[in-house]
Amino acid sequence: MTQIIDRRINGKNKSAVNRQRFLRRFRQQIRKAVSDAIDSRSITEIDHGEKINIPTKDTHEPVFGHGPGGRRDAVHPGNKEFVTGDRIKRPPSGAGGGGSEASNSGEGEDEFSFQLSREEFLEFFFEDLELPDLVKTQLTKVTNFKSVRAGYSTSGVPTNIDIVRSLSGALARRIALRAPYAAELKEVEAELQALQEKDEDQERIAFLEEEIRRLEDKIATVPFIDTFDLRYRNRIQEPSPTTQAVMFCLMDVSGSMDATRKEMAKRFFILLYLFLTKTYENIQVVFIRHHTTAREVDEEDFFYSRETGGTVVSSALELMLKIIRERFPTSDWNIYAAQASDGDNWDGDSPNCSALLNDSIMPLLQYFAYVEIMPHNHQSLWRHYEGVKAQHRNFDMQSIDDVNEIYPVFRKLFARKPA
Amino acid sequence: MSETTDKIISTTSEWTRELIQRYDSEIGRIATDYGLDTYPNQIEIINSEQMMDAYSSVGMPLGYHHWSFGKQFLETEQRYKRGQMGLAYEIVINSNPCIAYLMEENSLPMQALVIAHACYGHNSFFKNNYLFKTWTNADAIIDYLLFAKQYVSDCERAHGIEEVEAVLDSCHALMNYGVDRYKHPPRLSAQEESGRQKEREEYLQTQVNHLWSTIPGKAEEQDTEEQQRFPREPEENLLYFIEKNAPLMEPWKREIVRIVRKIAQYFYPQRQTQVMNEGWATFWHYTLLNTLYDEGYVTDGFMMEFLQSHTNVIAQPAFDSPYYSGINPYTLGFNMFKDLRRVCEEPTEEDKHWFPDFAGSDWRTTLDFAMRNFKDESFIRQFLSPRLIRELRLFSVLDDDQEKELEISAIHDEQGYRHIRATLAKQYDLSMREPNIQVYNVDLRGDRSLTLQHVQQARRPLNKDTNEVMRHLARLWGFNVQIITVDENNEVITSNENKLGNGKD
Repeated sequence: MTQIIDRRINGKNKSAVNRQRFLRRFRQQIRKAVSDAIDSRSITEIDHGEKINIPTKDTHEPVFGHGPGGRRDAVHPGNKEFVTGDRIKRPPSGAGGGGSEASNSGEGEDEFSFQLSREEFLEFFFEDLELPDLVKTQLTKVTNFKSVRAGYSTSGVPTNIDIVRSLSGALARRIALRAPYAAELKEVEAELQALQEKDEDQERIAFLEEEIRRLEDKIATVPFIDTFDLRYRNRIQEPSPTTQAVMFCLMDVSGSMDATRKEMAKRFFILLYLFLTKTYENIQVVFIRHHTTAREVDEEDFFYSRETGGTVVSSALELMLKIIRERFPTSDWNIYAAQASDGDNWDGDSPNCSALLNDSIMPLLQYFAYVEIMPHNHQSLWRHYEGVKAQHRNFDMQSIDDVNEIYPVFRKLFARKPA
Repeated sequence: MSETTDKIISTTSEWTRELIQRYDSEIGRIATDYGLDTYPNQIEIINSEQMMDAYSSVGMPLGYHHWSFGKQFLETEQRYKRGQMGLAYEIVINSNPCIAYLMEENSLPMQALVIAHACYGHNSFFKNNYLFKTWTNADAIIDYLLFAKQYVSDCERAHGIEEVEAVLDSCHALMNYGVDRYKHPPRLSAQEESGRQKEREEYLQTQVNHLWSTIPGKAEEQDTEEQQRFPREPEENLLYFIEKNAPLMEPWKREIVRIVRKIAQYFYPQRQTQVMNEGWATFWHYTLLNTLYDEGYVTDGFMMEFLQSHTNVIAQPAFDSPYYSGINPYTLGFNMFKDLRRVCEEPTEEDKHWFPDFAGSDWRTTLDFAMRNFKDESFIRQFLSPRLIRELRLFSVLDDDQEKELEISAIHDEQGYRHIRATLAKQYDLSMREPNIQVYNVDLRGDRSLTLQHVQQARRPLNKDTNEVMRHLARLWGFNVQIITVDENNEVITSNENKLGNGKD
């Protein structure tokens, strides 16, 4: 007898473990691919999966087999014009009469490629940055929901019973259900009293007394509380309130910022961006690069064009301030800024920077993060920024030589805002 | 007319459980009429992702964890998503009851096709072909796989994932050499297996120790290498030899070697009967559904859809087509069974000359006999008819690396039939397809190194994986290993030594 079983409801992730094993085994190669992907991706596109290529020679599973050569006789279908004894040129390789092995051994691709999911991709990205687990889960979570009160409902779990509501409901019901009997009772009692005063018609009195007992019984049978009196506090899941944010990326592009430094800076900006995507629904990113003057540019220019010349950091801060005033009123926007630099600044300019930050910019910002990437030694800018840090709790700075030192810059940011 | 239209099972292409049930019972009835003997069926309906899961575990309903299965899964997923391949319509498992997976995406006619193909075609082949009867035990396989999965994951907990993975890698590299080709293996049983496993562990270790005890026995050992050789006769089952004789292998590793070798043995018949198995199943879905049509159960539209996919399955591109990738086993197998039926029902003079034993015999008896008692190689050698050679226009090409040019050694003519038949049969002979490699000697008194002997056939060399496989072998054996290649006259051609140091990676 045939049995038909519908397995579709069963889990489909039977291979999940094997998939993890695969990722684990090729950790090195995948990490490199992820790292390359980060370098070539736009910051705002960091948040999805990636196609990964691994050289097939690494994933190849060796077995004994015949190599090419020797003498072999093979049968093929579809003869057209050959007759026995014909001699033909050996085809270049594999195709045609070369024997079946050539065609079995794969499709000539020397790369094994597969899709890394968004979660897996971020996992690898975070690995470099040494994020604490809590932060990782915060960043990987897709949407945050908040449980909010939404009135009352007539069904629910016992823990959610609202006692006051239920009892006042019960009270109202009791009053309502007893009302007709109470009114009748009042009438009967009045009549009884009148009769008793006159002390006549004993029969009627007895009847009325009986009637009173009956009505009192009726009233007593109205239950104190009934299941439909119960009221439960109702909660619904609402996406946590999201607003919009703007993120300013400020970077020094003077000659001393080389490709390695820029790559590190990029990871720094990505991390802030990822954090913001978890908190805000709509994020705009403004890229400002500067040497002696500052300019708003697109991402491509921001990361990949190089300039030479001196460095005046305040130019970038001024431009940021201007843009904020023109386009991002603080009433509508949460403003974040991240600045990356190698610490060089024209000496006379650093006081300007700290003044600008202290007086005009910091009050407008949610957060300002500054990284100094592989500085030769700290210069005046660092010292002035330390002054700013002392005054503002939402200012953070860090000097980094390696990507895994980026995270501490954001430590406060992540600690302060549990998702 | 109204009488026949009443019988029609369905006119839609959407399947429902009830309709599948009806098709199954009608197809099952016809199959019984034709004398097909099957295990009970268990049809499982799955979605495409579950199908990919099933793919990646090489058709085992449950298996131990290993990265290579993950690789398989990713590969399938990638190709499926890119649209480079459709998934198979079904996967069928040689077990009792016989499990067949049906994809939910299939249309109703496709589900009927799959039921006929898997649940009656493959199923009856699994139950009756002598190789499957000898080498596999359909009742116990699921339990055994469960035992294996449990055992491997216990080992992972005890010894770490990496350690276990390394052993499995090495075993997989030698998996094709983990089968007995001639001996009959004891039947698998999960209960006994786990019961005996402990016992075996202890016993084995004492055996191995005995073998390696170096206390000299007789003083006057003869020095000729021949006499000292161990094993006395070359051993073809490399994994078996390692399991029993590797000097310092920990017991749990021996058990893992055993698991891999048991699974290899389970799949061995499938590797030897691809043409027959697929041919048999294809022949029967074709026959069963046509009978269903003749009896008036299905519509013309149903038949159109069925025939279209049937034709796709048995398409055979010619050798010079860009789509050519060797002979399609479905085409060859289907045509051979169909041709065999023709030889029985309408034999020509030629057939009577070539197949005097069964030309004109009862086709059901003859096909049943062929299905039960042959494997690909012997099946082709016995039943490939000249007429089919002509129809497929088969020809053979001799590729000799000592010659400048290829030579057409035979075509579909009177002089060529036998040559083509023999050559094609050899192509499906596993012992010709895989290099002949056996355990030749162990240096018992010296450095305990293991020597394999590769006997070359037709001067064909080993592939470039050899070094890597030898490293895996060294890792399992625990001491140096070498492989000696000899030609057909026993002359040593090359020898390749692998120090253990290379084995650690």
